[in-house]
Amino acid sequence: MNRRTLLASAALGLGLTLAGGAQAAGMDHVKACFVYVGPIGDGGYTYQHDQGRLALEKALGDKVETAYQESVPEGADAERVLTQMALSGCNIIFTTSFGYMDATNNVAAKFPNVMFEHATGYKREHPNVSTYNARFYEGRTVQGTIAGMVTKSNKIGYIGSFPIPEVIMGINAYYLAAKKVNPDVELSVIWAYTWFDPAKEADAAKAMIEQGVDVVAQHTDSTAPLAEAAKTGGKVIGFGQASDMAAYKPTPRVTSTIDNWGPYYIKRVQALLDGTYEQVDSWEGIASGEVEIGEITDALPPDVKAAAEKVRDEIASGALHSFTGPINKQDGSVWLTEGQTAPDGDLLSMNFYVEGIKGDIPQ
Amino acid sequence: MLKLEKRPTPSTFWQYGTPVVAVLLTMVAGGLLFAALGKDPFAVIRTIFWDPVFGEFAFYLRGQLLVKAGPLILIAIGLALGFRAGIWNIGAEGQYIIGAVIGASVGLAAYPTESRWIFPAMILGGAFGGWLWAMIPAILKTRFNTNEILVSLMLVYVAETILAKAATGFLRNPDGAGFPGSRSFSSYKAASNPEIFAGSGLHWGGVAALVTAVLAYILLERHRLGFQIKLAGQAPRAARFHGVNPARLVVFCMGLSGALAGLAGIFEVSGPAGQISIDFNQGYGFTAIIVAFLGRLNPIGIVFAGLLMALTYVGGEMAATNLGLPSAAVQVFQGMLLFFLLGVDVLTNYRIRFFWGMK
Repeated sequence: MNRRTLLASAALGLGLTLAGGAQAAGMDHVKACFVYVGPIGDGGYTYQHDQGRLALEKALGDKVETAYQESVPEGADAERVLTQMALSGCNIIFTTSFGYMDATNNVAAKFPNVMFEHATGYKREHPNVSTYNARFYEGRTVQGTIAGMVTKSNKIGYIGSFPIPEVIMGINAYYLAAKKVNPDVELSVIWAYTWFDPAKEADAAKAMIEQGVDVVAQHTDSTAPLAEAAKTGGKVIGFGQASDMAAYKPTPRVTSTIDNWGPYYIKRVQALLDGTYEQVDSWEGIASGEVEIGEITDALPPDVKAAAEKVRDEIASGALHSFTGPINKQDGSVWLTEGQTAPDGDLLSMNFYVEGIKGDIPQ
Repeated sequence: MLKLEKRPTPSTFWQYGTPVVAVLLTMVAGGLLFAALGKDPFAVIRTIFWDPVFGEFAFYLRGQLLVKAGPLILIAIGLALGFRAGIWNIGAEGQYIIGAVIGASVGLAAYPTESRWIFPAMILGGAFGGWLWAMIPAILKTRFNTNEILVSLMLVYVAETILAKAATGFLRNPDGAGFPGSRSFSSYKAASNPEIFAGSGLHWGGVAALVTAVLAYILLERHRLGFQIKLAGQAPRAARFHGVNPARLVVFCMGLSGALAGLAGIFEVSGPAGQISIDFNQGYGFTAIIVAFLGRLNPIGIVFAGLLMALTYVGGEMAATNLGLPSAAVQVFQGMLLFFLLGVDVLTNYRIRFFWGMK
């Protein structure tokens, strides 16, 4: 059965239910395709996924061939791009943004022999759909520790992208870590409603700095907030987001959370080559290297640097979990009791602030 | 030396020749751009213009052309009627969004009822939403003489904020674990707008686009109102003597283009897009402006222009994936099309004279 009739029959609703297990035989050569939500030149989120793709090419050499498409809008366009990729012979397709979730599952239904890997989502409606994500909140715990210790105004800020669990858990982790070392700390959050818009991000950073915020964390992908912080002549610091953003070292960028997708991409494609590929829901963190803490610079006082490194290493060893009770929700109700750590399910559907954060999550 | 000389009457040849010349010039200049990027220009041009229609995967991509062209045509026809009358609605993107939000709200309010009346009610809601959003600049213009270009454009950003609010708030899927985005329409039969024939890419939005094109053509060529629209654009003073009420014309043209944009929005959200999400709008409202001009503000021309524009999108995606072309290069290529169109358009009203020496 060629690809053409395969699609046609699926479209007619005859639906082939060949399971993903069809790959058990292993393969000699894999074509791996990537769908990016932004341009590779964003210097952040998409750039890091592309670095992962390049690492994959380097690691597996001529056993793997890659293709990618940048700036694919989420929705109907994504579905077409995915279908084109599946038709043109991709064996495994990595869809690297949350908004591709339905498109990924819809197309996966029509191509049971193509493996789909969706980043940061939760729907695995077909055996050939896996999801993968990284525990970025672990990086927020390191950042929050630094923020709480160095802030002079006791006002720290966070530029949120969209009010989704991924971002809310980052905000909570950041605040909890800061409050642990500095009980007087106050957090302000600005929602940019974008993943990448240098002008909007700069405006958000500017507004916070004017209110006296002296540590600005960002969940958006451009370096614009760091550029704003740099204008204050060392009074305000920030963190590299998604990529190292080393151009702003040693300050205002005092450390960074780097998305390191390479190991995961290599592992998955290798499994496909070996015939050991299985559907997974992967959520790794600092320990396995998917979340990398960039160099903590000497612009920080030595005790702060040491404390940040300690947090990083304890998370890596498993001694510390970013969300360890007692933690109450914003409304005062109990979320985690003494010593209890947050179940993954709670984190992945998080739609509340922890106690102490002012303001509301946009509804 | 070169000199532009105004023609006594617009050239009929260039009026229809311009789009063809513009497309050819775009291919040449685009080819040079692709060559400069180290790609085989012929392979790229073939991938963009030929493969989606006649290539290996044309069976799938032809349908996708309809999916992409449908909303462009629907919106562009409404805009063209206004442009003909000298009424510049630049905010179709906002009307598209509000149409989608109100239409989707109608459908989701009925969830999970199954009734054959839900989808028609959503369509009405979509048209109403677009109309409503277009009435703001229309009434501000007729009452306070504000500039409809600025007001309609600014309202796009307001609409985007409302959309974000809808996706994270009042239309958010209650079973979506806190994630933004409404319920999926594809799994709610009564409110969904699937392909009419499986694999054809044709949904009710495409049908509406084609029907609208025919109706708009009849309106312009056979109806008194169409005559008034054309007259108001070409000779506003004469139109007034002829008894055309400018305020009523503004309200009619803005309202109609808004309603059509709203229709495009509801067909898209219930069909290809499948749900209200934060970044549901993909710029159809703006691209439709290019389509309207590319189609010479003529409803039938717009159908072809919409299909051509869709071709550059679908083919451009193919080129990006298969030939490793940066997405920015494809966008530059699409921009060139409008650039050359407007450039060559000069020849409709002017002729070029060559002469020697100073004058």
